[in-house]
Amino acid sequence: MQDDKQNRLLHSLIVRITHWTWALGVLLLIGSGLRIYESDPVFESVAFPVWITLGGSYEDTNRLHNDFGLAAALLWHFAAMWLLFASLIVFVAWGFWSGHFRRKYVPVTAAEVIGNATDFFKGKLAHDLGTRNAIQKLLYAFALLMMVLMLLSGLVLWKPVQFHELSLLMGQYEGARYVHFFGMVGIVLFLVVHIALTLLVPKVLLPMITGRAPPSTASHRMPGATP
Amino acid sequence: MTNDIERRLHEGGLAKGDVVNLQRRLFLRHGLSFAALTMLTGCDVVTNTGPVDAFLRAIGRFNDGVQAALFNPRKLAPTYPDSMVPAEFRFNAQYGIDRIPNINPATWRLQPSGLVGDKRAWTLEQLQSLPQRQDVTRHVCVEGWSMIGKWGGVPLRTFLEKTGADLTARYVSFHCDDPISYTTSIDMASALHPQTILCLTYAGKPITAPFGAPMRVKIPTKLGFKQPKFVTEIRVTNQYPAGYWENYGYNWFAGL
Repeated sequence: MQDDKQNRLLHSLIVRITHWTWALGVLLLIGSGLRIYESDPVFESVAFPVWITLGGSYEDTNRLHNDFGLAAALLWHFAAMWLLFASLIVFVAWGFWSGHFRRKYVPVTAAEVIGNATDFFKGKLAHDLGTRNAIQKLLYAFALLMMVLMLLSGLVLWKPVQFHELSLLMGQYEGARYVHFFGMVGIVLFLVVHIALTLLVPKVLLPMITGRAPPSTASHRMPGATP
Repeated sequence: MTNDIERRLHEGGLAKGDVVNLQRRLFLRHGLSFAALTMLTGCDVVTNTGPVDAFLRAIGRFNDGVQAALFNPRKLAPTYPDSMVPAEFRFNAQYGIDRIPNINPATWRLQPSGLVGDKRAWTLEQLQSLPQRQDVTRHVCVEGWSMIGKWGGVPLRTFLEKTGADLTARYVSFHCDDPISYTTSIDMASALHPQTILCLTYAGKPITAPFGAPMRVKIPTKLGFKQPKFVTEIRVTNQYPAGYWENYGYNWFAGL
């Protein structure tokens, strides 16, 4: 494999496993989280349709759990949290230990960000498999930061007494509800951009599963970009 | 729950939903392997019936262990100044305020049961004569809302010691004289926590009927549904006692 330069390893096994583990975890957590939110909304005017939430129909949950899906959603939420927790711990520890963060994320300069953003809106931003442009670096760093924030605010909501010291950083229990809500919004915004970019450049999807770049797709330009 | 339903079945106080639930429980008890073969459909995933529900509840039991390990018996729930205490607390129960029991404090009795040395029932006056404790703490509901209040009463530890309870037993369960025969239960470590009290007062005055008069249990290190109102029996046991909401799938430990 190593002698095949065309078919080089883009994503190590650990990156692929953690990527799909938290993809599943984040979807389950958002779905169940929105149903939990429904039982006592942070903002009275912000509601979510039942069909995008995880917890079952009102008829079923009322019959089985004597509520409107809170018990089912909590069961999902506190099971799926382990997926996020495990993948985040493994990825962050590995990222520092292996030099992944150092190699792939630093440095990011302001000039690079502005240049990349200008290219992007002109439809000219190159996507070279295996290297990250400044916008990708910022997006992935943002997603990681949001997930860490969700983990920390989630700990405060789950255990506001045991993690009281941590809760002081975010306005205790009630403050953590806002942090947890806006962290979710941040992750959803990231997902919208992340999935939209994957649809624009679909050849990046396969390497996240197989780990390897298909032959002769080492560089790809956005559709419509002049070569 | 099944025992509770069976008891209520004999007493004739059973609603239609309970029968469905009883059928489901008996089904789960006797037919889990059959259920695992036939019930794994998308519909069951979102309604949490069958093996998906069983799997998620198994993770819930694992989480009980994690929570017990995270629980520090010496760590006190944060307390707040008196100025943050509202005069009236928020009413919240499975039944409407029109159905709350009106218990006569003069005839009310608290029955210790299970692994206790002295099973004599206690009067309200006897509880009031024990050393009291008062804390301004945050009450957190599983629904998500929270509210600060000031509760006072007898430390449960004192009561357990006075009744000669086996303090090495695993569980303490509470039984209520209310329209749904509410029950819940906690681990012994939480029962012995200094802020866990048999609550007799709110904001310095005797608690009123909507809030569990004459006595409710207050546990600032647990979610609200672990803090029962209208309590008439406290049982010490090594058999998992579950509880009303726990049987509907709510996490048992429910620690804060």
